[in-house]
Amino acid sequence: MNKELPPGLALQKVDERIMTLNVGPQHPGSGHMRIIVQIDGDFIVACDPDPGYVHRGEEKMAEYRNYITNIPHLERPVIHDSCNVLYPYVLGVEELLGIEVPERAKYIRVIASELNRCVYTMYWLAIYGIFLGHSTMFMWPAGDRELLIDLLEKMTGARVTHAHFVPGGVRNDLPPNFEDVCLRQVNYFEKRIKEYAAVFYDNPILIARTANTGVLSREDAIRLGTTGSVLRASGVDYDLRKKEPYDVYDELDFQTNVLKEGDSYARSKIPWLDMMESCRIIRHALQKMPKSGSVRVKLKPNPKGKGLDSVYKRVESGRGSLGCYIVSDGKPEPYRVKLSVGSFRNLIALPYLLKGEKLGNMPSVYWSLNYWPVEADR
Amino acid sequence: MSSDSDNEQIETVSDAEPVSAKVTPEKEIELPKFEKGLADRIVEKFGTRIKVAFVKPDRVRINVGKDDVKEVAGFLRDVLNFDHAESVSGVDYPQDKEIEVVYHLGSYTDPSLSRQILVLATRAQREENPIPGNDATKLPSLREIFYSVEFHEREIFEMFGVYFQGHPDNRRLLLPEDWADLPPLRKDFAIKGR
Amino acid sequence: MTPQNANVFVGKLGDILEKAIDKPLGYAINWGRIWSLWPVHIETACCSVEFGAASSPRYDVERFGIIEAFGSLRQCDLIVVQGTITRKMAPRLRLVYDQMPEPKYVIAMGACAITGGLYFDSYNVLPGIDGVLPVDVYVPGCPPRPETLIQGCMLLQEKIKRMKARKYV
Repeated sequence: MNKELPPGLALQKVDERIMTLNVGPQHPGSGHMRIIVQIDGDFIVACDPDPGYVHRGEEKMAEYRNYITNIPHLERPVIHDSCNVLYPYVLGVEELLGIEVPERAKYIRVIASELNRCVYTMYWLAIYGIFLGHSTMFMWPAGDRELLIDLLEKMTGARVTHAHFVPGGVRNDLPPNFEDVCLRQVNYFEKRIKEYAAVFYDNPILIARTANTGVLSREDAIRLGTTGSVLRASGVDYDLRKKEPYDVYDELDFQTNVLKEGDSYARSKIPWLDMMESCRIIRHALQKMPKSGSVRVKLKPNPKGKGLDSVYKRVESGRGSLGCYIVSDGKPEPYRVKLSVGSFRNLIALPYLLKGEKLGNMPSVYWSLNYWPVEADR
Repeated sequence: MSSDSDNEQIETVSDAEPVSAKVTPEKEIELPKFEKGLADRIVEKFGTRIKVAFVKPDRVRINVGKDDVKEVAGFLRDVLNFDHAESVSGVDYPQDKEIEVVYHLGSYTDPSLSRQILVLATRAQREENPIPGNDATKLPSLREIFYSVEFHEREIFEMFGVYFQGHPDNRRLLLPEDWADLPPLRKDFAIKGR
Repeated sequence: MTPQNANVFVGKLGDILEKAIDKPLGYAINWGRIWSLWPVHIETACCSVEFGAASSPRYDVERFGIIEAFGSLRQCDLIVVQGTITRKMAPRLRLVYDQMPEPKYVIAMGACAITGGLYFDSYNVLPGIDGVLPVDVYVPGCPPRPETLIQGCMLLQEKIKRMKARKYV
C-alpha cells in the first residue's frame, strides 16, 4: 500500500468475499434514496442508508416565511398525506396564539385527516405490491384510492396538496350533501379493502416472502425509538390518537391494532387494519359532527407569537408520530421550525433489520418500514 | 444586513422579558400536578445544576449545562423511565453566542408517561467562523443512553456544526457530499435573495 | 486503400444512407418510437405520487403508449423528472441520462423541475433542470394532475412525430 496517498484515495484492502453494492437512487427497489449494502454471497452483512436526495431545506425556508404562508410549504414533504403532516404545525401555532377552534372544524379536521391517512396508506400499499412483483396489488389500491381523493377534492378543492388546515379551523366548510356521499363512498371503500385479504394478505406467496423476515423485537423497537406501524407491529401499543388525543379523537370510538410478530408481514398488515379503523372513525365522526356552525376563527392578519416561546405538538400520521417543534420570538416569522417525522425515526431500524437478511428480501423489508423518503429528508 | 438583523433580535429579546415576567405568576397557580411532580424529582436529584424552564400540560423543559447532560439523561432513562428520544433539534442563538440542542424524550414502556414529553435542552459554544468538527462547538453525545438519537445527532452535526463527542459515526447525512459552505441552519447562513 | 481512408469512406457512405433513408422511412421509424415510450424508473421528489397515479386504472397512461416506469435504464428512452432536483440528486440524474441509449426524451414534471417552484430560494435545490438535461416538454403544476401529465406525454409524441429520425439511425 502506498502510504503517501490521501486516505480517501488509498486502496483499501477488502475481504474478497464481501462485495459492496449501491442500491439506488435509480433502482426499482429503493425509492428516492440510496442504500449501500455489503453482501457476502446472498446475505447482507452491513447496510448503510444514505438519504438526503430530496433534502430541500424546508426548515430553513420556514424561518423566512410568516406563519400563514408556511402552510402550503410545510405540507410538501408528504403531499398525499398533507393534512396529517400539516396537523402538528397548525396545532402548535394555535397554542402559540392561544386560539380555540370551533367544534365543527375539529370534526372536519378529523375526517380529512383520516381520509388522508387512507389515501397515503393505499399509495404505500400499491408501491409495496409493485416491490413484491404483485401487479394486482398495485392496480387495486391505486384505483381505489381515487375514490377518497374524489372526496377530498370535493372537500378542499385539490387532489393531493390540500392546504386545508389553517390556524383557527379549516379553510372551507363542507360542500352541500357531503355527508351522504362520504358515507356511501367510505362504506364501499371498506368493503373493497376487505377483499384485499383474499388476494394479498392471505396469499401464501406473500406470507412466504414476508413472514419471519426482518424481525424487530419489542425491546429493539423501543430502544431504536421507532414509531407508528413499525412499533405497533412489534407489540407496543402506542398510538397517539389514543395516548395523547388531539382535537376530538377522545370522543370517537375506535381501537388500535397491535401485532406481536414484528416481521415484515406484521408491519405490512398494520396499516391495512388501520384503514378499517379509519373508516369507523369517519363514520362515527360524521354521526357526531355538529350539523352547522362556524368552521374558522378569523385571525388578525400576520399573526405573531407572544415573545420567546416554544411548543412541541405531535399527531399520529400515516407513518407514525409526527412532531413539530416551533420556536417563536415574537416576530411574524417563526424563529425555528423542526419537523420530527416518522420516516426519519424509522430509518434507523433499517441497518438492524437488513443484517443477515437475503438481498432479495431487501425491498420488502425496506418498504415495510412505512418509509417515505421525501418526508425523511424534508 | 447582518447588523440590522442582530439589532432586531436584541430588541425582541428585550421585548420578550417583560412578557415572560408577566406570564410566570399566572402559571404558578395552574401548574399541572403530575408534571410538577416530575420536575420536582429532577430538581431534588440535581439541585441547582439544572434549571426547570417551564412546566406546561404534558411538557416539562429542563435546561442543563453541557457537562451534566449525560448524567441527567442517564437519570431520566434509568429512574424516570424515559426510553427514547423523539426528536433532536438545534436552535441557533447568535446574540447569546450559543447553539442550543433540544432533545424531546418520550416513553413507550411507562403508561403514566405516554402523554409526557420531557424537553432536555443544552447549549454549546458558537463559533463565528465554524470549522465543523474542529472547533469549540462540541457536546457530549447521548447515543449511549438513548440509542435513537444516532441519526438525529448526525443531522445536527451537518446542519449546525455541533460535533458530538463519543458519537461513533459523525458523517454527513442529508447534505451533498461536496457541501463546503456554512452549516445551513445557522442564522448567519443566508438563503438566496433574502 | 489505407484503413484511415476506408473509415472515412464508410462514414460518408453512412451519411448518404441516412439521408436516403430519412425521407421514406423516417415517419415509420418515429411512429414506432411514439407508441412505446419507456420511462426510466427514477423518482426525484413528491411528484412521483402523481406519476404513480397516472399509471393507475383510472388514468392508465399505458393506453397512450407510455409504458409503466421500468427498472433497467438501458431499455428506456424517456426520463420524466418528477419534481425537485436537489444538488445531491443532480449529478446522479445526469449519470442516468448519459447511460440511456439514443434517442431519449426528457419531460420536466412539476413547477420544481421547471423553475424551482416553491423552493426557489432553497439552498439545496436547483432552479429548474435546464442546466442539467435538455428538456423536451414542460408539464406545469404543483403537482400536475395525472391528466396534465398525460397531455404532456401526448405533446411529446406530437414532437417526436415531427422530429428527424435520421439523427439517431
